[in-house]
Amino acid sequence: MKNSAFCLLTAAAVIVIFAVAMLTLANDYFFFAGYVVLQYIVLATAWNVLGGYTGYINFGTAGFFAIGAYSSVVLHKLWGPPIPLLIVVGGVLSGLVGLGMGVLTLRLRGVFFAIGTLALAIVVQTFVTNWDFVGGSRGVYIIRPATAPLLGNYIHYLFLVMLALAGFAIALARCVEHSTLGFGLAAVRDDEQAAEAAGVPTLKLKLISTTLSGALMGMAGAPLPYYVTYLDPTSGFNLAYAVNSIAMPLIGGMTSWVGPLLGAIFLGTIQQAATVTISSSLNLLLVGVLLVLFVVVAPNGLIGLWRPRRRAREGS
Amino acid sequence: MFTELLLNAIVSGIVLGGFYAAVSVGLAISFGMLDIGNLAHPAFVILGAFCVYVLNQRWGIDPLIGAILITPFFFVLGAGLYGIYHYSFERRGEEGLRGLAFFFGILFITEVALILGFGVDYRFVQASYIDATLHIGFVDLAWRTLVPCIAAFAMIGALQLFMSRTYIGRAILAVSQDSLALRLMSINPSRVKLIAFSLSLATAAIAGALLIIIQPVEPSIGRDYIGRVFAIVVLGGMGSFPGMLCAAILLGVAESLTATFYGPSWAPAVSFGILLLTLALRPAGILGRA
Amino acid sequence: MNEPLLQVQGLGKRFGGFVALDDISLDIREGERVGLIGPNGSGKSTLVNCLSGTLKHDSGKVRFDGHAFDGLPAYRRTRLGLARSFQLPKPFRSLTVVQNLHVPLLFTAKHRGGARLSTVEIDARCAELLRLVALDGKARMQPRDLTQIEMRKLELARAMAAAPKLLIADEAMAGLSHSEVDDILALLVKLNQSGVTVILIEHIMRAVMSFSERLVCLVAGKKIADGQPQEVVRNPEVERAYLGE
Repeated sequence: MKNSAFCLLTAAAVIVIFAVAMLTLANDYFFFAGYVVLQYIVLATAWNVLGGYTGYINFGTAGFFAIGAYSSVVLHKLWGPPIPLLIVVGGVLSGLVGLGMGVLTLRLRGVFFAIGTLALAIVVQTFVTNWDFVGGSRGVYIIRPATAPLLGNYIHYLFLVMLALAGFAIALARCVEHSTLGFGLAAVRDDEQAAEAAGVPTLKLKLISTTLSGALMGMAGAPLPYYVTYLDPTSGFNLAYAVNSIAMPLIGGMTSWVGPLLGAIFLGTIQQAATVTISSSLNLLLVGVLLVLFVVVAPNGLIGLWRPRRRAREGS
Repeated sequence: MFTELLLNAIVSGIVLGGFYAAVSVGLAISFGMLDIGNLAHPAFVILGAFCVYVLNQRWGIDPLIGAILITPFFFVLGAGLYGIYHYSFERRGEEGLRGLAFFFGILFITEVALILGFGVDYRFVQASYIDATLHIGFVDLAWRTLVPCIAAFAMIGALQLFMSRTYIGRAILAVSQDSLALRLMSINPSRVKLIAFSLSLATAAIAGALLIIIQPVEPSIGRDYIGRVFAIVVLGGMGSFPGMLCAAILLGVAESLTATFYGPSWAPAVSFGILLLTLALRPAGILGRA
Repeated sequence: MNEPLLQVQGLGKRFGGFVALDDISLDIREGERVGLIGPNGSGKSTLVNCLSGTLKHDSGKVRFDGHAFDGLPAYRRTRLGLARSFQLPKPFRSLTVVQNLHVPLLFTAKHRGGARLSTVEIDARCAELLRLVALDGKARMQPRDLTQIEMRKLELARAMAAAPKLLIADEAMAGLSHSEVDDILALLVKLNQSGVTVILIEHIMRAVMSFSERLVCLVAGKKIADGQPQEVVRNPEVERAYLGE
């Protein structure tokens, strides 16, 4: 299927899913929970562009995500622009940080990049904690607007926004996968030295990958303040974001856009159910255990279990 | 007086650095020498701290004695962990991505398990030397920081002797440089790595005891230490003990000065910032191998 | 062109205290078939790595086809026409055999040919390359399902897909049988006849002697001989390096 056809299909799916949701879900709770799962679809897909396609592991999802969230806080306090603009700003800022991170560490081995991402998340968190304008360690309250554009109900609006973003992320991932860029990234992932020898500009491609990945994560974070209405560094930088954005593609499968989607839906819904029924700490323990289990036993994820041998992707 | 403040900050930074070296020596072995990205190392330090806490609280055992008691268990735990790591990743040559994800998962599980077991409250130990302070001129040295520093130097010194004098120790140094040559000498590199990794976890037990002597401990403080230990190991030139010691003291002083003059909430940024800068500018470290 | 295709002047490389390459100077003319020999550890692979850009040389100058290569990353050098195959094959494992060839075609050919290749052109060139190395039946297979020899051939084919002016074949024949060696030799000769300069690094003397117009010998990081193959092998220092005192 051509990339353009896939994008249209995704857009149609977004509209259909939203219509179905509006017609069938009576309780606003489902929209709340759905938002979280959709958010994880974006985060997992974003992570996988760098992790699965390029082979560089990022532990600092929380940092990029929070940059999106806190840039929204700043803009909300200064001026109060509409959410789509916040998403763009969040994406641009996070993308730039991703680029900067890459420039600092991508010349080194993957393990140093990974540790660098951890460092980045904590540095960003420390800055935010010490910045009183965004509430510092005490946190900040965001008032949701009374009515939403187009729909009236703000929760429905947030849901639609995140649904559209998820569709966008998936379409983007798929387009990357089935493009020259995707081939180059696969070569980098499989053997960076051989890729360079074959004429692939590995550093440039890695930087593109980090920027895209970071930008998407920032976009996912931009609507967060309106969703939670109270944001503080501890919750904004929660390690759960990092663990989940790694566990979901790993469990779903890292070689294509399907994996993060599957993993996010699977793990996301389990967690939404678990948080309500058992404690949230036990829920997190479950994710950690699943992560370790899958990485040891089924490293190709659910897709890998389904199709035991890694099939080659169809070429562009 | 400014100079008093400065001098105290520097001295306590050095003492703190000594302790940081104890926390990092395990990673200098596992990551620096064996090239195993054990992200979970700080979590095991915290685990060690909590074990010592339980021994101290239940049976009144002095934390240093407690450390010695739990060390063999951590050694065995290390062996088990390396076994899984080796079987699942090293054997298949997929250490890079998946090995890291594995240890990250272990880090996370350990932290959450501790939260489930002990809650998020701070825990501390009772010992005779914890409340006393040593005064030299206008420099104040709290015994609770001095004792861990001394113990740290002792432990690192012992390890250095072990590495350079014993057969196994030298085998570990050899495997860090050239595991093919080792194999040609019919020494199984995996067996050597097993011992080395278990050793690194044993040091975590001791470091944990030292930690809870210095400060009260709660499960999530392991995260602050990830940056510190990796910064120290990278800055110190990966496998080099003397380098690591220098880096640890440097970091300790930098953090101490930052905390004194800018406030303690900036401290995490110091270690992680230094780490990022080192990675960007001089990944070989101060005394590093090329 | 009167200027040599590849000019190496005073190339040096050290790893810590160990000197891997010491003041290597070499000129290779367009269309030459050059053999590079030397005992294990003499620096042959290091030289290849420095020429291809995988490693950065510490001292000296490298010029290729009129371009200064110093400081240029490996992918740029490949795009300018210097390709190498790896001693231990490094295929892209998640891609099929034919997709392995797609990579250099997508990323290099445009720079060598001047225009972006269409899908039809890419498929045609892949088919041709696979036929040359006798892998056309295995186009859709994965590298892990290939034999050692087939992987070597894929490795060479991938280097050739970059349409190089100069190809460095790094020990492509190690461990192959007599007839397999002949196959690879024939392939390299054919390549050379179509205008590609070839540097052959090998231990198999028969192959090196029959292929090379010129022989260069490295020992312990230094170039000790450079000239007619018959003369080089009779050089006493070369004999000593290989056979001992």
